[in-house]
Amino acid sequence: MAPLHQYLLLSALLFGIGLAGVLTRRNGLITLMGIELMLNAANLNFIAFWRHSPNPEAIEGVLLTMFAIGVAAAEVAVGLALVIAIYRRYRSVNLDEVDQLKG
Amino acid sequence: MIEKLASLLVLVPVLPLLAAAAIAVTKRPHRQRASTLAIGAMGLSCLIAVSAFLAIAGAPEERLVRNFDWLHIGNTTIQLGWMLDPLSAAMAAMVSFVGLLIFIFSKGYMAHDENYTRFFGFLALFGAAMLGLVIANSLLLLFICWELVGLASYLLIGFWFHKPEAAAAAKKAFITTRVGDMGLLLGMVWLHAATGTLTFYTEGGEGCLQAGALDSLGAAGLTARLIAPATLIALLLFCGAAGKSGQVPLHVWLPDAMEGPTPVSALIHAATMVAAGVFLMARVFPLLEVGAAMHGESHSVVTPALTVITWVGAFTALFAAFIAVAQNDIKRILAYSTVSQLGYMFLGLGAGGVAVGMFHLLTHAFFKALLFLGAGSVIHGCHEEQDIRYMGGVRRWMPVTFATYAVGMMALSGVPLFFSGFWSKDEILHAAHGWPVSHIPFLMGSLGAVLTAFYMTRQVCYVFFGPQRSREGADHGKAAHPHESPRVMTMPLVILATFAVGLGIFGTPAWPWAQSFLEGEHAHLAFGHLFSGEVLAVMGTSLVCVAFGIGAGWWFYGRQPISSAARPDALEERFTPVFVALKNRLYVDELYEATVIRFNALAARFFDVVDRWILGGAVAVIGYLVVGFAWIGRFLEDHGVNAGFDLGCRGIRRGAGAGAALQDGRVHNYLRALGIGFATLLLLMTWGCH
Repeated sequence: MAPLHQYLLLSALLFGIGLAGVLTRRNGLITLMGIELMLNAANLNFIAFWRHSPNPEAIEGVLLTMFAIGVAAAEVAVGLALVIAIYRRYRSVNLDEVDQLKG
Repeated sequence: MIEKLASLLVLVPVLPLLAAAAIAVTKRPHRQRASTLAIGAMGLSCLIAVSAFLAIAGAPEERLVRNFDWLHIGNTTIQLGWMLDPLSAAMAAMVSFVGLLIFIFSKGYMAHDENYTRFFGFLALFGAAMLGLVIANSLLLLFICWELVGLASYLLIGFWFHKPEAAAAAKKAFITTRVGDMGLLLGMVWLHAATGTLTFYTEGGEGCLQAGALDSLGAAGLTARLIAPATLIALLLFCGAAGKSGQVPLHVWLPDAMEGPTPVSALIHAATMVAAGVFLMARVFPLLEVGAAMHGESHSVVTPALTVITWVGAFTALFAAFIAVAQNDIKRILAYSTVSQLGYMFLGLGAGGVAVGMFHLLTHAFFKALLFLGAGSVIHGCHEEQDIRYMGGVRRWMPVTFATYAVGMMALSGVPLFFSGFWSKDEILHAAHGWPVSHIPFLMGSLGAVLTAFYMTRQVCYVFFGPQRSREGADHGKAAHPHESPRVMTMPLVILATFAVGLGIFGTPAWPWAQSFLEGEHAHLAFGHLFSGEVLAVMGTSLVCVAFGIGAGWWFYGRQPISSAARPDALEERFTPVFVALKNRLYVDELYEATVIRFNALAARFFDVVDRWILGGAVAVIGYLVVGFAWIGRFLEDHGVNAGFDLGCRGIRRGAGAGAALQDGRVHNYLRALGIGFATLLLLMTWGCH
């Protein structure tokens, strides 16, 4: 079994890639993908900490991750629906053009 | 019975007052209702007044008073009330009776006037006020009614207010009498201050005309060797009486008052209201007598106040008679005659006491009302012509008017034996003859009697004799000659003429019933008095005066018929300057115009300047100061408070704008901020723990 810090580094890398995607890309779909990456980085952390915890027989770690994946799926459904709605209205998925909520 | 009538007497003024109120709310087309109300109310009043008069005629020494508390001010109680005594009963009966006849006459005279309802409303108001005046048992109530009759007189003189002369005459009457009323008001206030009451008589003897109050009024000054307050109060009251009764120098309003409808002239400016001054003096006679020195056998009392009244009366009697000689307006002649006769009344009152003056007042009321109504009938018949030069020969077309007018004229002139005016005027001349102070008033009165006979003869010659002289260019097609008035107008004339003759028998020296009645005594029949030397001498004098006056009048005006209106007056041909001066009413109006009115106008202008520039200036300065302060306030507000507030608002707005700009709606910016925040938090947690 690989040591914990390798998992954490991978997870941090995944998170960083996701965050970079979210912050730099203008396309709504790619932003959603970045968010998925960040979520999965968090899931990886959960699993890694569960495996290296004092009692790995317990089910909580997997359960929490399963929840996060379920929530992420719902979130993606909502997010994609939003993107489609935005696309219908603006004929674009470029999020910088969607600024009607500005103060 | 008499007690009950005394209590009922209050209805005498109240009924016409109610009628006036009812007429005031009657619509203009309901003419019949208005005149019926007025005449009905006056008729009932007349009934009560005459019953009261008859009741007290049997007991002339009675004086029944009905007082009630009107106001309580602090410790002072002001009483009002009415009384039944010979004076008030005689006046109330005369006023309501003559008033009733004149109301009936008005029904015919005003039949074509569009403001018929208003006319009867005012007449009823006048009747109420006048009757209230005569039965008042309080100087205050008398004063209230006094002013009300003044008001009614003003309203009725100015009844045809669309004529500028009528409006001016109404104002003149109101203002001139107000000058006198100022004196009356002052006298009243002084009387109240001195005696503490204005009630004439009370059953307990506390009235201001009863012994207690009079003694104190007389005594106060005698000890200090000054004029007694009673004298000064009496003279102040006389100012009011002189104003109301048109005595010189306040007579100027009365001739002008003839602008009103003729029944008004008859009722107010001949028979009743103008006599109110004489009545007032008769009512407060006990006050005038205070401090009297008795003079030997004659029963004249002489006090300073009575002396003044006698002289003013004698002067007015002569003065107005002179002016009447040269007037051409049928009503103006009668107006000056009224002024002159009122002078006689004051002369009689001053020289001979209440009975002498009041008897002439009563007889005069009847024959002067008769003459005015006769004049009204003539004016009506001659199609509203008032200038005697354009009348002439009216006798042929108006026989009833002529006959009654002739009776009135002879009564006024004092034709002996059969006419009331002879007896009452004779009584005055008799009193003046016996006046211990001076014989001049007697001579003035006698000369006045000559002039009275003269100007009445002149008037009758002009109006009723000679050929008809209608105005050039008058509408001949409509009415070629005068016409007799309807019965509703001639009937009152006949009744008044009957009284003008008949009243005389109540005042002959042989049976001086009226005089005794007014003095509160029973009369005794004594034919011997008729033939006593002095009475015969005075009667002879007045007979000569009348004969001379009528003879001269006939000589100048009746001998040759006056052929044309353009011909100058017979007197004017002979004594031009005098006649012109008399025709212009001795320039009294012009004198007032040049003195009193000019002074008044100057004073008004002076006070106008004071008001406009000094007081107005001060007000304007204060106004500008206030405006200046307000301007400064506004400046501070605009540039201080508002500016600060605006600055604050702008700051908030700008800050809000900056805050709003952060929220630019772009989701990436939010995320970026989230990322930076998250990173910062992370770094803080990483290094901050150490």
